[in-house]
Amino acid sequence: MFDDSVKNQIRTILNPLKERVNILYFTQEFECAMCRDTGEFVRNINELSPKLNLTEFDYLKNPDKAEEFGIERIPAIAIADSGGKDTGIRFYGPPAGYEVNSFLSALLETSGAKQEIPVALMNRIKAVNKPVNIKVFISLSCPYCPEAVIAAHRLALENTNIKADMIDVGVFPHLGVKYNVSGVPKIVINETRELVGAHPIENMLEVIEKL
Amino acid sequence: MNINLNISSFVNEPNFNSISPDKIYDTLIIGGGPAGLTAAVYCMRKGMKTALVLKKAGGQVAETASIENYPGYSYIDGNDLTLKFREQVMQFGIDYAENVSAERIIQGNVKKTLLDNGSAVSSKSIIIATGKKWKKLNIPGEERLINRGVAYCSICDGPLFAGKKVAVAGGGNSGVQAAIDLAKIASVVYLIQHRDRLKADEILVNSLKKFSNVEYLLGHEIREIHGEKEVEKITVENLSGNSSFEIPLNGVFVEIGMIPNTGFLNDVLKLNAFNEIPVDHLCRTEAAGVFAAGDVTDVRYKQIIVAAGEGAKAALSAYDYINFEFV
Repeated sequence: MFDDSVKNQIRTILNPLKERVNILYFTQEFECAMCRDTGEFVRNINELSPKLNLTEFDYLKNPDKAEEFGIERIPAIAIADSGGKDTGIRFYGPPAGYEVNSFLSALLETSGAKQEIPVALMNRIKAVNKPVNIKVFISLSCPYCPEAVIAAHRLALENTNIKADMIDVGVFPHLGVKYNVSGVPKIVINETRELVGAHPIENMLEVIEKL
Repeated sequence: MNINLNISSFVNEPNFNSISPDKIYDTLIIGGGPAGLTAAVYCMRKGMKTALVLKKAGGQVAETASIENYPGYSYIDGNDLTLKFREQVMQFGIDYAENVSAERIIQGNVKKTLLDNGSAVSSKSIIIATGKKWKKLNIPGEERLINRGVAYCSICDGPLFAGKKVAVAGGGNSGVQAAIDLAKIASVVYLIQHRDRLKADEILVNSLKKFSNVEYLLGHEIREIHGEKEVEKITVENLSGNSSFEIPLNGVFVEIGMIPNTGFLNDVLKLNAFNEIPVDHLCRTEAAGVFAAGDVTDVRYKQIIVAAGEGAKAALSAYDYINFEFV
């Protein structure tokens, strides 16, 4: 899937990984068009750093694990920290195309190799005390989308009340219809609030604080 | 399955200092495309006290998939070229701020530039290299229906219009490229252009002609975009027959070129009819100590290599100004 020069580039990007990161991949054998490619993708990435630990779960045969991580559809990837604790970070659909950047960023940040967030902003993130779900709808050919996905995932990483999903509209077109997605990235917070465009952490937080 | 790795976003903390509100810089460079970044390299090598503020490194280059006409590279990805430009600037430990736009320049011997993050920068000279941004149609319905069917990034939003009917406004290179991308996905693509022939390069026009689901409306213009919650139809005018008609469709992709980012200059510089900054052969504007380079200027050819060359000229010109004219 990746040629050697891309593999080397990804190895270099993953070099700063601090703690181990658990990648949980939910798939099934039949009737999942994108599962084969997604599986190949995560397996390829997993081989590029000794700090990554991939476990594959069959969605149908492992309903408990899927339920524990609140997995609603496949293919799905959940990220857990070195102790196996859920980060709330989800990728629905293969994080290929431009989303490889948000995937690598999620791995780095979960491992502890994080960009610093100003204290005042961090205090506001930590203060969120109700359940929040952020859905970021993307297409793999959208160069602006990873920015929104990375921001949503960072919020999830910093506060266990927040869960954040990347959703590829190409893989889940019915969700595109349901959430009226006619431009990406589109951000839907707790099913009711919408932001269109690549919004930073501050803007998502402003919506969350008014929930 | 393709991947589009953006290596520059993973580069470890680059080597720069924050901009000081107390310093008087020799020059402030506004903009981080090829013109601004090249100017920064030249200024730093000349030992000028330099500040660089930019919205996003690379500018349009960062949004370009493949570049095949920059000397030294038969082929390079826009992200990679941006990374190389940026690395070359960062080796100097420049005073730098990203994600920032200029809001106003207050003229004077020492100039003051107000930024949208609330701070101000003082400098003896300024190099404006703010580039261009996508142009809108400015017709009824457009603003209201942005991201509800009106789109400016066909590679981003194209996949959402699979099997649907879409229009592309614009028959230049970007319009025809968008029509090619969309013809692979959409059921029908209306290519609408006010001129009576396509302005795009022949090689692009030929590849578009291979698609049978493209309808050409040359000598036509979109007058209005209709729809309650989403785009439902457009009104199109036939410019030669002076008649208009409606087309029911789901999406409108606007690809009519770009406008210069000169909105913040209103009271400082006179602009030309295209809102570009007129410059002379030394990148000087009409205001003493204010220089400009790249796509934001009236230099006719908008190319990466031209912008980079103009950036170098503006830097050397600012250096001469500081040393021989500034008092």
